[in-house]
Amino acid sequence: MSAYLQFDQVSKHFPGVIALGGVSFEAHAGTVHGLLGENGAGKSTLLKILGGQYRPDGGRLLLGGKEVHFGSSSDAIAAGVAIIHQELQYVPELTVAENVLLGRMPTRFGILDKREAHRLVSERLAKIGVDLDPGARLADLSIAQRQMVEICKAVMQDAQVIAFDEPTSSLSHRETDILFKLVKDLRAEGRTLIYISHRLEELYELCDTCTIFRDGRKVATHPVMAEVPRDRLISDMVGRELSDIYDYRERPHGAERLQVRGLADGCDFTVKGGEVLGFFGLVGAGRSELMRQLYGADARGPGTVLLDGAAVPMGGPSAAIASGIVLCPEDRKEQGILATASVAENINISVRRHDLLGGLFLRHKREAALADEFIARMRIKTPNREQEIRLLSGGNQQKVILARWLAEPGLKVLILDEPTRGIDVGAKNDIYRIIHEVAERGCCVIVVSSELPEVLGISDRVCVMRDGRIVGQLARADADEKAVLQLALPDSTPNDLPRRTA
Amino acid sequence: MSTIPVTTLTPAAAAARPGRQRALLIEYSMPLAYAVLVAVLAATVDNFFSVANIVGLMLSVAQIGMVACTMMLCLASRDFDLSIGSTIAFAGVLGAMVLERTNSVTLAVVAGLGAGALIGAGNGVLIAYLRVNALIATLATMLMVRGLAFIASKGQAVGINSDAFIDFGDARLAGIPLPVLVCGICFLVFGVLLNHTVFGRNTLAIGGNPEAARLAGVKVEKLRVWIFLLQGLVTGLAGLILASRITSGQPNAAQGFELDVISACVLGGVSLQGGKARIFGVLIGVLIMGTVENVMNLLDVDAFYQYLMRGVILLAAVLLDQLKTRGERRH
Repeated sequence: MSAYLQFDQVSKHFPGVIALGGVSFEAHAGTVHGLLGENGAGKSTLLKILGGQYRPDGGRLLLGGKEVHFGSSSDAIAAGVAIIHQELQYVPELTVAENVLLGRMPTRFGILDKREAHRLVSERLAKIGVDLDPGARLADLSIAQRQMVEICKAVMQDAQVIAFDEPTSSLSHRETDILFKLVKDLRAEGRTLIYISHRLEELYELCDTCTIFRDGRKVATHPVMAEVPRDRLISDMVGRELSDIYDYRERPHGAERLQVRGLADGCDFTVKGGEVLGFFGLVGAGRSELMRQLYGADARGPGTVLLDGAAVPMGGPSAAIASGIVLCPEDRKEQGILATASVAENINISVRRHDLLGGLFLRHKREAALADEFIARMRIKTPNREQEIRLLSGGNQQKVILARWLAEPGLKVLILDEPTRGIDVGAKNDIYRIIHEVAERGCCVIVVSSELPEVLGISDRVCVMRDGRIVGQLARADADEKAVLQLALPDSTPNDLPRRTA
Repeated sequence: MSTIPVTTLTPAAAAARPGRQRALLIEYSMPLAYAVLVAVLAATVDNFFSVANIVGLMLSVAQIGMVACTMMLCLASRDFDLSIGSTIAFAGVLGAMVLERTNSVTLAVVAGLGAGALIGAGNGVLIAYLRVNALIATLATMLMVRGLAFIASKGQAVGINSDAFIDFGDARLAGIPLPVLVCGICFLVFGVLLNHTVFGRNTLAIGGNPEAARLAGVKVEKLRVWIFLLQGLVTGLAGLILASRITSGQPNAAQGFELDVISACVLGGVSLQGGKARIFGVLIGVLIMGTVENVMNLLDVDAFYQYLMRGVILLAAVLLDQLKTRGERRH
């Protein structure tokens, strides 16, 4: 086996940051090579160099022993490199076939030949074992199915190197299984696969070898993934030992503070002061929808929400915030951060209403001080408070959103929807600690998550949802993986993909 | 909340030193370009750098300037307003008609401002609550309001005889014409509004990401209506000033005005994607527009070529902006 893909002393600098400092590693054909590291460790930069989006400042990139220089993404595609990005890149209004063949649609006498296109694509889809209608619009497919389309495209382009950037971050368990099978098939065909994920279980299942990054440098390459103990991987990534990342501690619970009744059918629940209530369910089980209703982000049904015995008025997020209910939304980029605004602005946007001159004018100094205080307290890695938040890593963005709500003096209910999606181990640990601190203040904390170990690790109690209803509530002592999954999975488990995800 | 332990701040990579000067240069590229332009013109064009000409220049862009202030807010919130040209005409016609009937300057001003505010609020409601696309909504009101101006005036200019009202556009304070002063006040007020109030910050927030702003507790719909209402109000004021300067309410006045105002904002670096705006930039944008027009008049450039030049300058400014943002992304 020869190393098909080689990085030789590749470096990339941004102003003030060394994104990659002379990284060398090689990946062999017919293997899956895992890349691990916290956010900001350099994995994404590496992938962007491989995909032709960035040009390296130094070093060489070799494919099949020959040095290549990519000036653009299309150069990389022409050389047989495909990147399956975390944010999939497709045209929602076009069909599966049109997306797969985008820019290379077959024509007859200058007119698009749809039949031929469908034939080509269904043939290929069948070959990789995916059952999809080539005429379906991408917008009508689930995220998992869209991902399959993307992979099919890579295969059609005859990519020898396929890199996956956190492909499972928005997939359900079953969808993940299908993806894994596909990755293994591609490996068997002798392609060179790069796989980035924060989920160690996945890496153990899929990867043959792995390379670990930290702060833009390679920490180690482990030639045989299966022989590396989990603790070693984590300490390599974080640079320190982490005993239990969930940091759970027993704490006394107070009286029932939050009561949710009749918002949706079969979705009543209560939360005690100081309690962390976890919500688990498959994608589309209705967890996010319930939380958005509770927060007033979506129109609320006829039900009632009682907080400390008083009804919470219906009136959108601003009314919920005024009552002390806050939400860290699921989609950080689209619903959480104000991308082009500074870290300080993102922290102050809501809390500043308490502290204004004459009820109208900003107090710049106080806002700056508050921002600095939270940047230090929550270990937000940013050059300064004026940095645009979009330039921060996902974990740090999430901490900023948390800071926005922790700054609220009247905080009573903190709802977190997928708080650690796409976030590295170190930042996850920080966020779990913050969650417990908030609970210790006597607040109610609701955590919606698709990661079962996370739900089990941090919750005092677990609510399981299926098909828009709460189908079970388990105390921490009774909640184990098996019990929760039994509730979450549909009675019969068909093998096909769900038609649509919310 | 003080129970969260204070831990040592892990400093991310220190702010870059060499990038800093570059960033400053990029940030002040437009004012710098304008300063160079003025210096060159002062040296080469006769009569350009005289008090009378500079005052005339500022007077010529006073209306564009004041409306550009509110258009800046509108663009910053990722919206758009095409109806301002028609609103100027309608406010002028209405003011002149009220003046004709009642002879009361106060009533005329109230009518003009009220009409402007109402049209603006109407745009705001259409866009914020009825969720009509801003381009379509204001295109519709642009046509409707222009139609109303013609209907109200029966297609004729409405003459103004009131000296008190004419003074409004003609009076000078310490040699500075009143419209220029009003425009300056607008820049001050809206500068403060943008940079030092919740209103301004939230405007930028809804422009940057409306959904995130809503989930952070910003009352997006209400804010939108307020932005458009202010826009209408200031436009009404500009319409009254114009009527006073041309001593009549003209139903066909200010055609293409909206494009001049948007051009000035874009020249001033306001992003059409929303979320970014600088009042100082808008001021420079307005001055560039005024200066170029003024110089072309001084040099007797044919009006046809003036259109060409204005287009070229707008395009150049946008391309410059593109280069800047590309620099940001690539470096």
